[in-house]
Amino acid sequence: MDKKMKKFNMLIVGTGGQGQITLLQILAEAAFSEGYDVKASELHGLSQRGGSVEVHLRFGKKIYSPLVSQRKADLIIGLEMQECLKASYYAGLKTNFMINKYFVPIPLQKIIPEDMILKNLKKFTKNIEVVPATEICQKKLGTNVVAGVYLISLSAFKKLIPLNPQTILKAIKKIIPEKYLELNLRTFELATKG
Amino acid sequence: MEELLLNKPEGKVILLGNEAIVRGALEAGVNFVSTYPGTPASEIGDLFFKIANKVGVYFEFSTNEKVALEAGIGASFSGLKTLVVMKSFGLNVALDALLPFLYTGTKGATVIIVADDPSCHSSAQSEENIRPISYLAHIPILEPSDPQECKDFTKLAFQISEKFKIPVMLRTTTRVAHQKMPVRLNPIRATRPGRVVGKFVKEPKRFVTLPPRVLEMKKELLEKIKKAQQFSEKSPINLIGRGQTSVKSGRGIITAGVSYLYVMEALKELKISLPVLKLGFFYPLPEKKIKNFLKLLKKVLIVEELEPYLEKEVERLAKDVNCKLKVIGKDLIPEVGELRPEIVTSAIAKFANCKLKIENLLKIENLKLKIPRRLPQLCPGCPYWLVISAIKKAVDLKKVIFGGEIGCYMLFGNSPINLQDYLSCMGSSVGIAHGIKKATGQKIITFVGDSSFFHTGIPALINTVFNKSNPLIIILENQTTAMTGHQPHPGAPVIPNGIKIEEIVRACGVKNLKAINPINQKEFIATIKEFLNKKETSVIIAQRPCIWIKK
Repeated sequence: MDKKMKKFNMLIVGTGGQGQITLLQILAEAAFSEGYDVKASELHGLSQRGGSVEVHLRFGKKIYSPLVSQRKADLIIGLEMQECLKASYYAGLKTNFMINKYFVPIPLQKIIPEDMILKNLKKFTKNIEVVPATEICQKKLGTNVVAGVYLISLSAFKKLIPLNPQTILKAIKKIIPEKYLELNLRTFELATKG
Repeated sequence: MEELLLNKPEGKVILLGNEAIVRGALEAGVNFVSTYPGTPASEIGDLFFKIANKVGVYFEFSTNEKVALEAGIGASFSGLKTLVVMKSFGLNVALDALLPFLYTGTKGATVIIVADDPSCHSSAQSEENIRPISYLAHIPILEPSDPQECKDFTKLAFQISEKFKIPVMLRTTTRVAHQKMPVRLNPIRATRPGRVVGKFVKEPKRFVTLPPRVLEMKKELLEKIKKAQQFSEKSPINLIGRGQTSVKSGRGIITAGVSYLYVMEALKELKISLPVLKLGFFYPLPEKKIKNFLKLLKKVLIVEELEPYLEKEVERLAKDVNCKLKVIGKDLIPEVGELRPEIVTSAIAKFANCKLKIENLLKIENLKLKIPRRLPQLCPGCPYWLVISAIKKAVDLKKVIFGGEIGCYMLFGNSPINLQDYLSCMGSSVGIAHGIKKATGQKIITFVGDSSFFHTGIPALINTVFNKSNPLIIILENQTTAMTGHQPHPGAPVIPNGIKIEEIVRACGVKNLKAINPINQKEFIATIKEFLNKKETSVIIAQRPCIWIKK
């Protein structure tokens, strides 16, 4: 959180279908319930179909722009490793990266190896954390669809998101449909141990 | 979300711009809603599709935007409060019906939502800016910046329509329509359990645009616009903020829509205070208010996305009141692509002569690694893969021209598929194929989706038969409007007893016609080979549902 400006800028990047819009909803709801002004920007339509998807969330005392400015991200959550390279547009010296150790191949292109990605991200910031969220969720919960929820919960526990984890839990209960709620609550619980 | 839109919660609720428009229309007491889906406006129709029955609103997905507007015009003539929704390109299709609607005017208040898509996040064909339609049609245009304004301006648009008896347009852009924020709600007007029934009262003088009456109507319209302009002059949605107009620097900013948010963000970041005139009306402009704003300035920066329509208006108005004023716009603000906060911040920094600290710039340039581009793809299991594989086996790809259309299958233009030699607007693939055939005689396979076929493909098919050319048309019947979010279309079996595309094609006089499930590759390949050599128009209907259709 930029103390002087009293605002927090974050992005969630990944590929279409990784649940960015739901994660955004959870965090926007949580920030709003803590009394912040909130702005978010989503991406709908064809871009969701397996293409790159980046969503923005900003909260603080008074927020105008729905988009995070270049170099101004406080946190970038990467649901896919290669997508973090593109998100480096938003990275500055103080940016934290929380990255899922997970690759979705790009058709007709070689996967860029992890060390190469990290080497390049380190040109912007030293605060990079790589977590095998997809693998952890698959192993402990039997499904990896909740990797995103795991990562945002973990980010809150690690104080990378200036929101009380309990408010995030409340937002999960409000946003996630009944049918999937139990799985998401278990994911949140798993993140407490992370 | 549906429940949120039905109840009357206290305080604020986080809404998407498009959801806020739905809420605004409900608060205004809308009776009749029609649309053809198009991103970034699709969610408005999707929501009404879900809630219409519960809130006593008539809703329809029309076959195209022109028909949607015509349905809305009929409802308005019958006294119903009407909302018509489309994306930018839809307005091009609907334009023929729009202009006379301004001449006749409305009976039931009517609002038309049109969504532009700067940067073409969800648009092929062109980066359209619908603002000049206001000059062409004399239709008032309001431009909200955020979801709260989406809701408030929708209601205001209904009030303006009610007051001046003309339709009013609300122009959104992707970053407004798909922006989220806490929105303060007002009560939804008491809705009856059943739908409101209108009544068409015969008033030929009002609804018939026949000469010589049509010219009288034009005069009446121009009178209405004069009055609407007076309304715009007094409207609080054209507001001056951030500091006094009598600033020493002699600099000021005029902006509208989402650009306003970037301007405010920039002023905060640069820690400077400049007068900002935010225009909620694009048309008619509050000319006196703008002139008063310009009087005191030496330099004005116009922050607007895409073409400099506002800039040109300001230049014109400045001549009357402040001929030495320097009007700066597209010198500092790009004309292509959507604006971003950092673009506006850097433009304002230059405009106001203040320093901008750019962090880390060198390091960015040192990023040697090429960042890979991840383009959207057809879903795994998409029935179109079967069509692609059959074509690749059936024909020499170098010797056949492939016609593209708007739909998921426009991804045929991407690698590794590469089956697209031209791409234009909805319904155009068949029409253009006919022209190429007539001009060259070269072999053509052209694609059209089922929803596009109903939208504007049918007249082109008839033209091909009537004027005798022989492209091979492959209708991709996946039983839905997939790209925009799986909205239904008139065909069977999307709806029970729906219209059968096969019967339409046959009725259009096509002799070489086969409906095939492309899972039958052998038959599909053989038919492509056979039909490509026919002397008359031939059509294959590739019947296989989209994998996302609920069965």
